[in-house]
Amino acid sequence: MIRAVVQSEPIDLAATLAAVEGSGSGAVASFSGFVREDDGVRELALEHYPGMTEAVLHGLAEEAVARWQLHAVAVVHRVGPMAPGERIVLVATAAPHRHAALEACAFLIDRLKTDAPFWKRERREEGARWVAARDRDAGAAERWR
Amino acid sequence: MTLAMLYFAWVRETIGTGAETVDPPVDVATVAQLIDWLSDRSPAHAEALADRGRLRAAVDQRFVPLDATIDGAREVAIFPPVTGG
Repeated sequence: MIRAVVQSEPIDLAATLAAVEGSGSGAVASFSGFVREDDGVRELALEHYPGMTEAVLHGLAEEAVARWQLHAVAVVHRVGPMAPGERIVLVATAAPHRHAALEACAFLIDRLKTDAPFWKRERREEGARWVAARDRDAGAAERWR
Repeated sequence: MTLAMLYFAWVRETIGTGAETVDPPVDVATVAQLIDWLSDRSPAHAEALADRGRLRAAVDQRFVPLDATIDGAREVAIFPPVTGG
């Protein structure tokens, strides 16, 4: 099972994990990314490139399935405005053993950060600004190539 | 050659639109040359596209370097480095 979704609605953690766990695999790993509550951001808004984003996420999921023999994978990314504490992204992987599930999960979030066309804009008390890309994200993605 | 242009994030905000159809001359062969040509469309285009080091591009929904060809392209997107996840 491959589920690659971009949505404006809040991410349903339980339903997504249940779908991945339904593969009957021995190991399921997941990663969630949240809007920080600790550095003064009032709101985070995500913009994306409709069409290309879904294709990139699906392509990364297919690559992970082939590389780690996953039984199931879900990549769900939210777009639009979000409040601190809300889930931005959820990656879940199901595999025969833990190493494959954990590695595939790390691969997916690392590569998503550099390969998927999303842009973050954060609003703080002093105003709104587009978030700048970080070099260390490129380095994290590079180790999987 | 008719091209569908897409702009995202602060490139979109600075230019003032997220999409436009353009018809560059045949000697515009690469993304970089397209950016040069687009910069003459308006002061807002010039401002948004001034700093090449802050721009990334996709041709027909695939990331490409700025020296990539636009030969046969239907859709070209210009945007800042991505920041998802």
